[in-house]
This record gives sequence, structure tokens and C-alpha cells, in this order.
Amino acid sequence: MKVVERDLRAIRDAGRKVLVGYFMGGVTPDWTDHVEAAILAGVDAVEIGIPFSDPMMDGIVIQQAALRALDRGTTVDSVCADLERLRHTVPLLAMTYYNVFHHYGLERSAGLLATSGLSGTIVPDLPLEEATPWRTACDEHGLATVFLVAPSTTPERVRRLAEATEGFAYATARMAVTGRSSGTGDGERVVASIRLVSSVPTYIGIGITTGEQAQAAATVSDGVIVGSALVQVILDGGGPRGIEDLVRTFRTAIDRGTESVA
Amino acid sequence: MTDPATFMTAPDGEGRFGNFGGRFVPEALMPACVELEEAFRSAWSDPTFVDEYHRVLREFAGRPTPITPLERLSDKLGVQLFAKREDLAHTGSHKINNVIGQTLLTRRMGKHRVIAETGAGQHGVATATAAARLGLTCTVYMGEVDTVRQALNVFRMELLGATVVPVTSGSKTLKDAVNEAMREWVTCVDDTHYCIGSVMGPHPFPWMVREFQSIIGHEAAHQMDELGVGTPAAVVACVGGGSNAAGIFAGFANTRARLIGVEAAGGAAVVGGSPGVLHGMRSLLIQDEFGQIKEAHSISAGLDYPGIGPEHAHLAEIGRAEYFPIGDEDVLDALALLSETEGIIPALESAHAVAWIAREAGHLLPTGSTVLLNLSGRGDKDVAQVRAMMTEQS
Ligand SMILES: Cc1ncc(COP(=O)(O)O)c(C=O)c1O
Repeated sequence: MKVVERDLRAIRDAGRKVLVGYFMGGVTPDWTDHVEAAILAGVDAVEIGIPFSDPMMDGIVIQQAALRALDRGTTVDSVCADLERLRHTVPLLAMTYYNVFHHYGLERSAGLLATSGLSGTIVPDLPLEEATPWRTACDEHGLATVFLVAPSTTPERVRRLAEATEGFAYATARMAVTGRSSGTGDGERVVASIRLVSSVPTYIGIGITTGEQAQAAATVSDGVIVGSALVQVILDGGGPRGIEDLVRTFRTAIDRGTESVA
Repeated sequence: MTDPATFMTAPDGEGRFGNFGGRFVPEALMPACVELEEAFRSAWSDPTFVDEYHRVLREFAGRPTPITPLERLSDKLGVQLFAKREDLAHTGSHKINNVIGQTLLTRRMGKHRVIAETGAGQHGVATATAAARLGLTCTVYMGEVDTVRQALNVFRMELLGATVVPVTSGSKTLKDAVNEAMREWVTCVDDTHYCIGSVMGPHPFPWMVREFQSIIGHEAAHQMDELGVGTPAAVVACVGGGSNAAGIFAGFANTRARLIGVEAAGGAAVVGGSPGVLHGMRSLLIQDEFGQIKEAHSISAGLDYPGIGPEHAHLAEIGRAEYFPIGDEDVLDALALLSETEGIIPALESAHAVAWIAREAGHLLPTGSTVLLNLSGRGDKDVAQVRAMMTEQS
């Protein structure tokens, strides 16, 4: 079992719901301060976005963040170098589109991510059927590869994805790109379909933008993933303080959910 | 002796043509791609479907399109030049062949709506046309830049009952229209088919679109025989994503004809690109050293695409087809040349192929050799832009 898997299972065993935050690498010069603020305010894991010119799975908020980051000259190298500035840490997962790693070299990418302190990757345009070369490179460097399960995923595919995913299963609540619509949608059903076949921790993402939604999602899963809502704060100039406040809201909401259930 | 077909056969089980192709899509779209592949396999081996496809192309789209010997231009260039007249197909380009196939398939799958991306607007107009014929709802994504360059085509689509959505993300051209169509498809995949406009995207699109376009090549091979010319020495087509080229190449892939694709110099994925993954496929792409996709730049909106269909990447890799760039500066001259000598105003896209032939006659195309040009579309949509550019030049 890879390190991140063990860590995330331990959080669940301790009865705590996981809060994952997404941040776009390089979006501002002080982007790692936002990550740090989120960690101090209670996220359990962070997705580090590496910007790509053509983010097919992302709505307007993350598209804008990617463009900003690219305009600042952000690259895989610069994101990884910036991560050295983090003084506190939780499991970090790189999230980007496959071409970024494909072009940089699979082996080289996995090596760089691992030495920069990342413990896993999420590549939304790399389905299981195409993932073998990347998974091999990640295995080599102890990186977990996380797979998404969608509302449209057939039971037979759910089984294979739940078996393949490492660390957690990413249950997408909606048939939509990030940040487009909000609500827990089909999240509960997707989580149930994964739990039917696997004990892997399962988090709900895509469309979670408010504390209430996070609370609702957390009561039916092992955790929630929040992306566009956080990125929006940064785009609006809310700074690390803005991130801290919003993360606290999410943290309180999902912890409250746990208490009322327990 | 008949040679077994070895080139341009079906892709492998993973949708690969050699090292290219595949299916790089979000999990949410995987079931739809699998469903589409099954639906296409079943339809394409069902004589009822195939007959209807041919009947609609005949009765509605004006097929077969003729082959025109280009006599005056042949004299001028010293080669024997023939044009396959896709400009005479309904809606003015080869794009109709693909959309007739895909809309019939949409109906067969029980879906009621199509979405499409478009660059020049030709595929958007064709999709809107085919959708109107079957009573399907149609939404077309078009880069904002292109809605300005091709304003008349926007109006045409609207006349045909389609909704045109200007895309303001990224470079606001064709590649961004594809991104936006994909994003939209995720939200409505249950009742909506994504009618992709070229031999690109995730499996089965590159293969399916080639099959629907291969009627160009099969007709042309037969017509060249009837003309008593037989297999030409070279078959030349312009390449954006590569659908008209794939269509005509398919009729000659297993002959001795040279297959030549002409790319816009500002979007030359074979000459200037490298392997990458975009829009669901592994192919050749124009990208920077960090794998960020570069914007293509071309005088013609239809060739403004930073990639190429995966089967072309494969044909280039194994050397079965050759690809050459043509710069904007040669395109206007070629358009004027064909107009004046043959009475045919070609689309700016097709004019790239004309320009390459004009340049290479007597060089890569030996004097006296027979050349088949795929005249993929007519120039009506471009005349306002061409006039503006010619005025600027003079
Ligand atoms: C007339 C014409 N030719 C060629 C193309 C390029 O597409 P493809 O390479 O798929 O044939 C277009 C695209 O809009 C077109 O309108």
C-alpha cells in the first residue's frame, strides 16, 4: 500500500471526514501561501493543479486560473520548485492533463513529482484503458494514481476503477465539468456503487461550492473535494486570509455533519 | 492478382492506428464512446443503414460528385490534372458526407440532439443542414474569432434552425470550439450525439468519420477508371483535421498513387508537430517545450487546427502518405489561378492543395504525370475575406 493510501485510510479509521482542496500551481506569485493557509485551516490533502492550455474537464474558473498561470510562465518544473516553500504539509496530489506528462516524459515526470514531495496524481483525461504506461511510471516512484468514477460509469467499469484507484476513489457528483453547476447531484449513488465493490476511501467532487453541499456530500461519503470555489477566491484577490476563511467554513460544515450522524 | 488491403484498414481494438489514436477522454465520456463504437459497428454492417446513407447522399446531397478534367490549368502546369468536385456537394463541401452518416446514426441510437464544433463554419452548416432534415435539435460551438471571419455561415446555421454558441475561451478558434463542445457533451451525453467534424477525437470518431468520407475516394477511383485514366500518380488534398484527405486517400491507399496532404504552414502538425494527447487522441500536435498546445494561424479558418487526425500521423510515420506545408501568401494566388483558368472558385482550404500542385508541377509532380486534386469545397464563403485581402495587397 502506498504512503498516501495508508494516510488517507488512517483518517477514515479515526472517524474523520477528509477535506481535499484544489489549487492551481503558479496562478499568483504567492500561490503556495494559499496552499499553506488551507492546510492550517484544516484540509487533509491538496490537489496541485499544473496548468494546461486546453483543460477539457474544467469550467470557466479553473480555465481562467490555468491561463493566468500559463501567462506567468508556469511549468511542471516551476510548480515543483515552488512546492519547496511549503513549511507544513499534507498528502499532495498533482492534477493535470495527460499531455503535460506525456510531453515531459512519463518516467521523468513521475520522478520529479516524487522528489518534490507529491504522493499521487489525478489525470482526468487518462482513462483506465490508456493508463498503463503512466501507472507503471508512478509505481516506480511510489506515486498513487487516482481514478474518477462518474455517474455514467457502468457497474462493470466501477469494479475495475475501484480496484485500480490508489489512495481514494474520486466520485464525480455530476455529469459536468468543474465549477459549472453545483450540488451533490448523483454523488451518493456513485459512492454507493463504489462501496458495493470496494473498501477504498471515496470522496465526492465536482460541484461542491458551499458548506451545506459539502456537509451533505460528507455524510454519504468519506470526504469531499473542493476546487473552483477556492480558486475563485484567489482569482478575486481574496488572498490567504480568504482561503483560510472558506476552508474553515467547509471544515466546520463537514465536521458538523459527522457529529450529527454519529 | 488483387493485393490484400493493407493500408487504411480498421484501427485495432483500442482504436489505434499504429502508435496514434486511442481514447483519452474523461471517465464521464467513456461509456458514450463505447456505446458509439458499438452503434457504429452495428450500423455500418447493416445493409439497411448503409443503403439509406447512400440513398440520402444521392437524393439530398447530390452525389456522386463529378470529376472534372482541368484542361487549361493542366496545359499551364504541364501535368494532367483532375478535380474531384466536393465543392458541388450540398452545402458546398465534403463535410456533408460525414454529417449525413452521423445524423442517421444519431437517430438510430435514439438521440434527439446533436452538437458540433466548427471552424470555417462549413461543418457547422452541414451539421445544421443534416439535423434539420431529420428534425434533430442542433447546437454549434464556434470560436468567437471565426464567428466574425465567417459571419455569413453563422447566419446560415441560424436559418437552418441551429443555435450558434460563440466560444470565448483560449484562442477563440477551432481548438477551443472542440474543447467547449466536449465540455458540453459531458452534460448531455444521454440524449445528445457529438457530431465531430473531422477524422479526430477519441475512438471511434477518427475511424467512423473516415468511413463516412471514404465515399469520396471510392467514387473517384471508379470515375478515374471510367475516364480511362486509371490510378493517378498523385492524389492531393488539403488537411485541417484531415477528413477530406482521408476520404479521398481511402480510395487509393492500396494503389501506387502518392498520397499528399497539404497543411497550412501555420498549423502544420506533421512537419512542425510532435506526438501528444489532445481532444481524446494521441496524434501529432503543435506544442511548446512543456506540452502546451500552440495556436494555429492560417488564412483559412478550416485549417486553423494545431493537430491532425491520428490516422494521418500514422500514414506519415510509415511513409504511406506525405505532408507538406503551404504558406498563406501562396493561397490567394492559387485561388485566383483556379478561378481564372477553370471557372471554379475554391474554398481557401482547398486552395492550399491547388497552391501545392502549382508549386510542385514539374518538380515533385513530374511533367506529364496525372494528378487528382480533392477540391474539398467552394469559395463562396470566403469571397468577402478574399476581396478584403486582395484590396489590401494592391
Ligand atoms: C472546404 C474545406 N476543406 C477542408 C477543410 C478542412 O477539414 P478536413 O481536413 O477535415 O477536411 C474544411 C474545414 O472546415 C473545409 O471547409
